[in-house]
Amino acid sequence: MFLEQFLNGLTLGSTYALIALGYTMVYGIIQLINFAHGEIYMFGAFAGLLLVTVFGVNLFVALIGAMLFCMLLGVLVERVAYRPLRGKSSRLSALISAIGVSIFLSTLMALLRGTNTTRYPDIISRHTYTIGSVEISSLQIIILVVAALLMVGLEMLIQRTKIGKAMRACSQDLDASALMGINVNRVISATFAIGSSLAAAGGVMVGIYYNAVWPYMGTMAGLKAFAAAVLGGIGSIPGAMIGGLTLGVMEIMGVAYLSSSYKDAIAFAILILVLIIRPQGIMGKKLVKKV
Amino acid sequence: MEVLRLKGITQEFGGLRALDSVDLTVKSGQIFGIIGPNGAGKTTLFNIITGIYVPVEGTIRFRDQDMKGLPAYKVAGMGIGRTFQNIRLFNKLSVIDNVRVGSHAINRSNFFSDLLGLPLARREEKEVLQRADELLNMVGLYEKRDEYADNLSYGEQRRLEIARALALKPTLLLLDEPAAGMNTSEKAELIDLIYHIRQEFDLTTLLVEHDMNLVMRICERIAVLDYGRKIAEGSPDQIKGDEAVISSYLGVQA
Amino acid sequence: MDAFLTQYIDAYYLRIIILIGINIILALGLNLITGVTGQLSMGHAGFMSIGAYTAAILTMQYGFPFWAALLAGACLAAFFGFLIGIPTLRLEGDYLAMVTIGFAEIIRVFFLNFEPGGKAVGLYGMPQYTTFAIVWIIVIVVILLNVRLLDSRTGRALYAIRENEIAAEAAGINTTGLKVLAFTVGAFLGGLGGGLYAHYMSYIAPQDFGFMKSIEILNMVVLGGMGSIPGTILGTIILTIAPEMLRIVADYRLLFYGGLLVILMIFRPNGLLGDVRIYDIKKRWFKKEGE
Repeated sequence: MFLEQFLNGLTLGSTYALIALGYTMVYGIIQLINFAHGEIYMFGAFAGLLLVTVFGVNLFVALIGAMLFCMLLGVLVERVAYRPLRGKSSRLSALISAIGVSIFLSTLMALLRGTNTTRYPDIISRHTYTIGSVEISSLQIIILVVAALLMVGLEMLIQRTKIGKAMRACSQDLDASALMGINVNRVISATFAIGSSLAAAGGVMVGIYYNAVWPYMGTMAGLKAFAAAVLGGIGSIPGAMIGGLTLGVMEIMGVAYLSSSYKDAIAFAILILVLIIRPQGIMGKKLVKKV
Repeated sequence: MEVLRLKGITQEFGGLRALDSVDLTVKSGQIFGIIGPNGAGKTTLFNIITGIYVPVEGTIRFRDQDMKGLPAYKVAGMGIGRTFQNIRLFNKLSVIDNVRVGSHAINRSNFFSDLLGLPLARREEKEVLQRADELLNMVGLYEKRDEYADNLSYGEQRRLEIARALALKPTLLLLDEPAAGMNTSEKAELIDLIYHIRQEFDLTTLLVEHDMNLVMRICERIAVLDYGRKIAEGSPDQIKGDEAVISSYLGVQA
Repeated sequence: MDAFLTQYIDAYYLRIIILIGINIILALGLNLITGVTGQLSMGHAGFMSIGAYTAAILTMQYGFPFWAALLAGACLAAFFGFLIGIPTLRLEGDYLAMVTIGFAEIIRVFFLNFEPGGKAVGLYGMPQYTTFAIVWIIVIVVILLNVRLLDSRTGRALYAIRENEIAAEAAGINTTGLKVLAFTVGAFLGGLGGGLYAHYMSYIAPQDFGFMKSIEILNMVVLGGMGSIPGTILGTIILTIAPEMLRIVADYRLLFYGGLLVILMIFRPNGLLGDVRIYDIKKRWFKKEGE
């Protein structure tokens, strides 16, 4: 029973991790909490839904399609709403702009599709496997595997490719990177693109797993994923992964063993505790302020 | 009389020893200079004196009171004013308000007396305004008192920082590279100003500077830091001829 | 008095004017925290809800007189403001913002499960104690106190914290203490507004005090110009009236809203009245007379 809940937690946590990665990467480079990230995740879910219902594709095509779509969306958002503010405005302005985008996108979807919940059609045949005393569904396996593959893929991208190196450089020192000849704008766009595509993947899988998508699903998931990113150490990619998984497990365990009506509060309580006790999170380094 | 006495000050940042057993004694009325190559730990020393950092070892005594561990705002309240290496003004406040804020440490009006406009608050406001105007006059910024601080020229901003530091009626004034970026005539004015305020306010001044001419001219006593250690201390003439100092600056064995 | 007024003013407009008054109180509270002291607080609705529920429960279930219930609600909100202020010792900027969001969410979930508060259904039937006169007398008092506070030693110190915290410390300002003060007073006003709100609308529920509400209040402060009392008032008036005027395009209202935020931040991040303060207005006014 415990193991099952643990698996449920890991599954949920994987989706949180995928979203959290986008937050952490953007924050690591431009110190912006991309409030609109949750809406990108939501758009991903809907994009996948569209592909499945209208074009009748299978899960993997839907995933790829949604990821591509959100890549473009993320890059567009950055160009329109964040880039004009970079360097010249305060952090608060960028944050408020992000909030504006978030409101815009969620309202847009609500106008397009209504505020009700839509169901994902059954595109995965659901088997349940039993290993020992634990039951695990085929869907959970798919989610865990896909998420793991994406995260491994991301690590390889960051560590082994040129763009990955550029991203690491920019997250350490944006100005110095620019002076070294790195096309900072392109790196930032790439960061948004990658983060958005991961969130999209998370959206599609959540849509299928919980069998529901609705225009405001991004708000709560976004906030929780941000909590996960902070828990793991904002700016740290392994941190986002660990934080997401941990948060998912804690939330499921909390619901199973404590109370379900306070489910949403768990993530925020964790957020507050982490920020008070260890603000740099699990993987973060303590920053010494230079005076 | 000793105004400031540092003993064995050691500071570490994540494994890096920024300061190593530094001793320093500053006497009342002195203009004391601290020089050294970049990264020697000069600003770190200032930050320790003003309470921004707590040293891992060592003691700090200011006017015979133990200051180690005291938070920065309390240090200011005890009579230590400072300027910053990278100018830290209240940019979107007016020039006069910048100086008025400087008086915060010596006033006693609290939230409630401010909110209700009690006599204490009103009286202190008058005094604060008067003192701020006087200080602005002294540094030559009175005409610009209503400008936003970030509208001032660089040299004017440095002077404003000094005026603000003086607003709390300090006994000890810490100037962190006050002449940085100034031209010759501005530096001459700065020297005059430092002499003037020492006399006017009975000040002791501790100065970090890179401009050797200025340091040799104005400081009565100089300490030299390198890699966190004090490698020499003495009068300007003594320092000029000191072998350790010369080699640290030129990087050669003299 | 309200009956008297409705003879001359349409009840609909009277309602808007009263709501403007309540919003001004809320916004001035947030202005103190975020506009003046520079501590980004995105959970102001949390304080509002504490004030609203406390006041409503005290009048309806314990027979408190209105003014006592209002005061109690405001004080309880102030207490929570105090609690939120304490982490500011270690947190700043974005992290603090997240704590405030987390706090407001936890409060919302709490009220969702709070039996005496009617849980998800909320409370209804509060007598309409809030009148035009009461609101606007309070508004005027609050404005006057704010004006006096901001042109005093304490007020200048708060601005200094926003501008440059390290320099503020070097000038003798107990930055943590004053940040806590700002939160406490700002929360007090938030709770006060909440209590007035509850006894005007006669119905409150947890969803009235969600993240969007916090953002609405934040926008009133940001639109007008942060730290500026006339700016906050102007921003509040505009953003209270606009949704009413845009009722025709009600569905698209939020779309405009989100877009407006982005555009505003790009083109006029300092808000409409920038950094205008009463002090500046007085100065300009006297200059005109002299010329």
